Amino acid sequence: MHPAPSVILFTTFSGLGFGLLFWLGLGAITPSGLSAFIWFALAYAMAVGGLLASTFHLGRPERAIKAFSQWRTSWLSREAIAAVATLIIMGIYALFSLFGAHLKLVGFIGAIGAIATVFTTSMIYAQMKTVPRWRHWTTPALFLTLSIGGGALFAGQIATTFLLFTAAAALQGYTWITGDSRLAQSGTDMKTATGLGHIGDVRAFEPPHTGTNYLMREFIHVVGRKHAQKLRMIALILSFALPVFFLNFHFNHMLALLAVISHIAGVLTLRWLFFAEAEHVVGLYYGKR
Amino acid sequence: MTTLPTSTQKKLGLVIDLDTCVGCHACVISCKGWNTENYGAPLSDQDPYGANPTGTFLNRVHSYEVQPPNLKDGAQPAAQLIHFPKSCLHCDDAPCVTVCPTGASYKRSEDGIVLVNEQDCIGCGLCAWACPYGARELDADAGVMKKCTLCVDRIYNENLPEEDRQPACVRTCPSNARHFGDFADPESNVSILTRERGGFDLMPEQGTKPVNKYLPPRPKDVAPEFDVLAPYLEPIAADAKGFVGWLDKALNALPGGVN
Repeated sequence: MHPAPSVILFTTFSGLGFGLLFWLGLGAITPSGLSAFIWFALAYAMAVGGLLASTFHLGRPERAIKAFSQWRTSWLSREAIAAVATLIIMGIYALFSLFGAHLKLVGFIGAIGAIATVFTTSMIYAQMKTVPRWRHWTTPALFLTLSIGGGALFAGQIATTFLLFTAAAALQGYTWITGDSRLAQSGTDMKTATGLGHIGDVRAFEPPHTGTNYLMREFIHVVGRKHAQKLRMIALILSFALPVFFLNFHFNHMLALLAVISHIAGVLTLRWLFFAEAEHVVGLYYGKR
Repeated sequence: MTTLPTSTQKKLGLVIDLDTCVGCHACVISCKGWNTENYGAPLSDQDPYGANPTGTFLNRVHSYEVQPPNLKDGAQPAAQLIHFPKSCLHCDDAPCVTVCPTGASYKRSEDGIVLVNEQDCIGCGLCAWACPYGARELDADAGVMKKCTLCVDRIYNENLPEEDRQPACVRTCPSNARHFGDFADPESNVSILTRERGGFDLMPEQGTKPVNKYLPPRPKDVAPEFDVLAPYLEPIAADAKGFVGWLDKALNALPGGVN
């Protein structure tokens, strides 16, 4: 899959933003006044910024409002509704927090909404039967762990961050190991794609056109996988190892900032790999993965 | 509404015959010709006369080389070149429809055609992600998703002569490799072809239940060594007689070897 910057930014920052909103809603920290404003502004900047980034992926962003209508079948529609509902509920919670009142029930509902939003985002990918690497329980599990873990880091929940980062790193490793063979195990190959497997081995002889096309640009991304193994290690170090290292010292804001920057860079790399490594079965028609 | 109909009255679709397709791409051109100026936004091209031309097509023809396994005596049979037209299969269980967040994608309950309402399409591309066949392409100019309409603006169009009321690709195919009809009717041309020729689904394991069927290439004959001219090319005189016979012997007797 083409690793589009808009979608990478969207999943990374909205994940972190809703992760932070989750901890704020649960009351892990209960800031008020100016500090509440700063916390919520940070969470909203990431969550809303991420959502806005996703609209750059659209061909006709001016019609985005229509995406709220098909919640019965579409995970993207469910995500849009969950995101906006959560932002409204947490907006009410945030408003009261400014004046020192923490509406526990509203915050709790908002925290569940934040989880639901990240879950619906992950299901957009996990539902894709055409991308065997994504169609697995590890996709939502990893999105949720990364979101809540990153949120815990932002919210300064250091012990919880350590715990969730360990879980996320283990889960990511498991996802990579099992994901690498999932296309082969899916049963979809050039033989089933063409239905010619009963005759013999199928090889793409001539593509339908001399140039490229939308399908090849969107779904076939081979070059980027060349350095995947190195990038995996870099991503693990940036996302989890370095932030844990920085937070191990006596807490100060400079180190916390370094931890946060390292984590964001790491998650961006993870998301780049999430798309760049994903093989869409349509590539088989072009003899590519 | 992106909920799929539980059943459709008709199941309109195509049968594509991989045995007779000659890979001429006429269906590609007639499809683009008809659909760029009729239903919905035009099928745009980018840099059409430049170094890196691309464009939106609803039907594309791949070519595959299939190498049969070696025979019992170890001989390698000739590889087959098979031309492979591919357009929307109008699946019964169309994954592209259910993922659509706006309701722009839908499957018609009356005839099973999968269409995009371009006024509602936000161009998110998710339907193209969900399609295993690459049947949908986002038009780079209009920003909306384009796909085969089964020429819905031809097949019911009473302004056209009756023989033209079929998809442009079917109408134009010079080798009759494409057939249009109703799969819900067991006695339709497409149902009979599918039954008699062993029509198959593409990627059946994806669970999309495609309506369009593909007919496999017929087994190739193994032609015996055969040459119509051979009897006429037999040497007429194996050994010469008379003067020529004496000359032959005399020349062979000279030093320099026997010919």
